[in-house]
Amino acid sequence: MRWSAIAWRLASFGVAAGLIVLWQLAADQRLISPVFLPGPDRAWASLLRGFTTGDLLTKLMGTLTHMAYGWLVASIVGIALGAMIGSSRAMRIYVAPTLELLRPLPVSAIIPVAIAFLGLSQGMALFVIAFGSLWPLLLGTIHGFAAVEPRLYEVARVLHMSRLAVIFKIALPSAAPDILAGMRLSLTVALILAVVCEMLAGLNGLGQWVLLSARAFRSADLFAGVMLLGVIGYVTALAMGAAEHRLLRWQAVRR
Amino acid sequence: MTMSERIKPVLLPLAALLVFEAWMRLAGAQSDSLAPPSAIVLALAGALADGSLLAATRDTLASAFAGLALGGIIGLVLGIALGLSNIFNRLMEVTIEAIRPIPSVALLPIALIALGFGYRMEIAIVAFACIWPVLIVTRAAVGSIEPRLIEVARVLRLTQLDRIRKIVIPAALPRIFLAYRLAAGIALIVAVTVEIAINPLGLGAGIMTAQQALRPDLMLAYLVWIGVTGFALNALLMAAQRSLFGRAAVIGEQA
Repeated sequence: MRWSAIAWRLASFGVAAGLIVLWQLAADQRLISPVFLPGPDRAWASLLRGFTTGDLLTKLMGTLTHMAYGWLVASIVGIALGAMIGSSRAMRIYVAPTLELLRPLPVSAIIPVAIAFLGLSQGMALFVIAFGSLWPLLLGTIHGFAAVEPRLYEVARVLHMSRLAVIFKIALPSAAPDILAGMRLSLTVALILAVVCEMLAGLNGLGQWVLLSARAFRSADLFAGVMLLGVIGYVTALAMGAAEHRLLRWQAVRR
Repeated sequence: MTMSERIKPVLLPLAALLVFEAWMRLAGAQSDSLAPPSAIVLALAGALADGSLLAATRDTLASAFAGLALGGIIGLVLGIALGLSNIFNRLMEVTIEAIRPIPSVALLPIALIALGFGYRMEIAIVAFACIWPVLIVTRAAVGSIEPRLIEVARVLRLTQLDRIRKIVIPAALPRIFLAYRLAAGIALIVAVTVEIAINPLGLGAGIMTAQQALRPDLMLAYLVWIGVTGFALNALLMAAQRSLFGRAAVIGEQA
């Protein structure tokens, strides 16, 4: 059984490799102008060159830093606010509908407003990324807190637990799946907004790198940057999935 | 629902608007980044009256829906193929895992040099973003069709095309519609984001222009309008889903 899984995985890698070969052939035959589509060989060489002699590493770190700061701020604020709103019935009635109303707003529309206040700066990017990734987290946390089994609250009342103790010992653990799902969603949002902000404000990062490469028609550099962005998306999602799996292991029995 | 339950959710936004208005009036400050709600309403009415807002809305929605149609068809075809054939699904796994995490805005520079500014580039990026939710949900929906339905198709000796048309699509339809609803939200978000980042078209370009022209009232009017558009689109699709599929749609959402 396990061997067949490995065999399928290898075959699947084979298909991917085959597609890359096709890409190489298409590029070599110049089916599409090399201005738009570099071969995988040139993109790869550009990636290596960018890391060894160029400043691709600092661009990568720039994007990761923007993402991480914005996401962390959003996580802290989102969980704290969400816990506050979700754990109180009155707050849920008064505040939650307004938040739901704002949910379908495309968050990137906040970028011009942020530019008007903060200019094309690092702070603007941080604010936009944090604000954008706040929503999935906030709504997930509120939902998680609202869906806590009511009997657990009764137990807490019988045990005379304080409100803080109730939040930390009962509500947070039982809302953890929703919170973590929100955190995973907001990680994707953070990456997208980081790229957009870097493009708009010319901040040090991969967004700026790919845009400048495109403007100079250096398509190999451009593809190297796009591949790197894909890797960021993949690795962060993988790490988040692993963290989720680990943190929710104790719930596996119940599910 | 009693009267007070209807009023309570409205209180917070109403109070916020009043405080905002009063504060702007009392401070009497001329701001390049903020405008009182009354001025925003006036700007909104003005932009609606001269048709610029509606033209921008039409451009944005046209690109979003064209991208949704294109990406939705690709996602649907691939999703059905992957859901029906376990072999194909396993072979494509690595390729899909490698392409999917690329954030849609990262393709922006590629689309820019390949297609130039305008509708085509925006449609291409929206289409890329819309493929994935449709593909993933369709694949899962088709994969979990009652096996006896497939057996019936085999007994009736339906051709592969008839099998897809008469059995697979109807059986998976509620969840496919759900996928399209999610994708429509994503389409609008991506379209606005592309316009804000670079494309001189539609609502996103409109809000950027208003910001650069130091017209905070118009900028915030655009922001409100973009929110209204997102909310209306979501509400419309939710209503359509409920009336078309009723309980089936609700069940699909939980699965």
